Amino acid sequence: MPDVTDPQTLSWYEASARQRVANLLDAGTFEEFVGPAERAMSPHLPLFDLPRAFDDGIVVGRGTLGGKSVLAAAQEGRFMGGAFGEIHGAKLVGLLRAALDVKPAAVLILFDTGGVRLQEANAGETAIAETMRAITDARAAGISVIGLIGGRAGCFGGGGLIAGTCSRLAVSESGRISVSGPEVIETNKGAEEFDSRDRALVWRTMGGKHRRLTGSADAYCEDTVAAFRQAAIDLIETAPRFDLAMLEAEQGRLEARLHRFGACRDATEIWAQLGINDPDAVPAMTDAAFQEIAAGVTEASHDAR
Amino acid sequence: MESLTFRHTTKTPLAGAKPLAITGVVASGNLEVLLERVLPPNACEVAVETPIGGYGDVWEAVVADFVARAQPGGLRISINDGGARPDTVSLRLLQGARLMEG
Repeated sequence: MPDVTDPQTLSWYEASARQRVANLLDAGTFEEFVGPAERAMSPHLPLFDLPRAFDDGIVVGRGTLGGKSVLAAAQEGRFMGGAFGEIHGAKLVGLLRAALDVKPAAVLILFDTGGVRLQEANAGETAIAETMRAITDARAAGISVIGLIGGRAGCFGGGGLIAGTCSRLAVSESGRISVSGPEVIETNKGAEEFDSRDRALVWRTMGGKHRRLTGSADAYCEDTVAAFRQAAIDLIETAPRFDLAMLEAEQGRLEARLHRFGACRDATEIWAQLGINDPDAVPAMTDAAFQEIAAGVTEASHDAR
Repeated sequence: MESLTFRHTTKTPLAGAKPLAITGVVASGNLEVLLERVLPPNACEVAVETPIGGYGDVWEAVVADFVARAQPGGLRISINDGGARPDTVSLRLLQGARLMEG
């Protein structure tokens, strides 16, 4: 089956949502819900004379990961920037709610999204809120929700908010996590505040390396499906409890982070404060060298997003 | 949006027994092709939804060429187009037929 190529070398960034989920899970175990043949497509896009996708840009289903039963959702970042519309959101919310009945070892969300689809913004915003509620319900029931981020659309807008509610996150260098994207910040605050064309600035502010060093992401992967698979297996094992004590500790860590780094003007200043000898060398560092450095930074291993 | 449907009779059914395949993504210059083995073995139907109007003749020629080359008997093929060029459409159709044979 051509969907299953070699996950050791298949680039997560380049792969489609279908390729990612098929190669992430144990071979041949993925079973899709509400697949393309059911044609659950956006009711809104035709009003704007825009093309629809048979799966509305998200693939949801179940399978096994390392022999454990999991539910999985994969966003297709190339269809409308992986943005949340009504059907797209409903499929993710439905999957998370089903977790309460199915009780899988984890729910995996393969983020690749710019946020809410502007053409169906109200439905999309509602979907974001419902998704966050469904994630907290699942976590409260003891089911871990693991986010995997390394796609071309990154994880922005409401997707960034949802990522913040996950039990654990894995990210690659090209995975970016934020709420307001570079262009949004520049439009609202000017290029002096944030120059969206300065790709190096974008990557060191929102990119995977920075998110890993500040502890926003719990694992850093090289850009292969195999690396994300191993990270997902490891993160399921280490996912934190979800209770009041954990939430209060997370709040405390976020306050401490703001206090410690609030005056920094650039990510490199944060990295220097974290004790990295040559912060300017971090962006060009190989994945292996970076992982060695990240392992030595205590800030990089706590639960605060 | 422009909706186009082309119906063809093939000499043979498409090899293989796979009931369903999907390939491609609806993105700029790309398209997604959904193939379902639901028609009589000598029939092929291709339904296209495209936001770029006025290219019905080009679609007709590309689909006819594909049917002649692949003999995709039994397939209902549904396309969501994102403004793909004819060569991309042709490659995606052949890729889809290959997936159904696998």
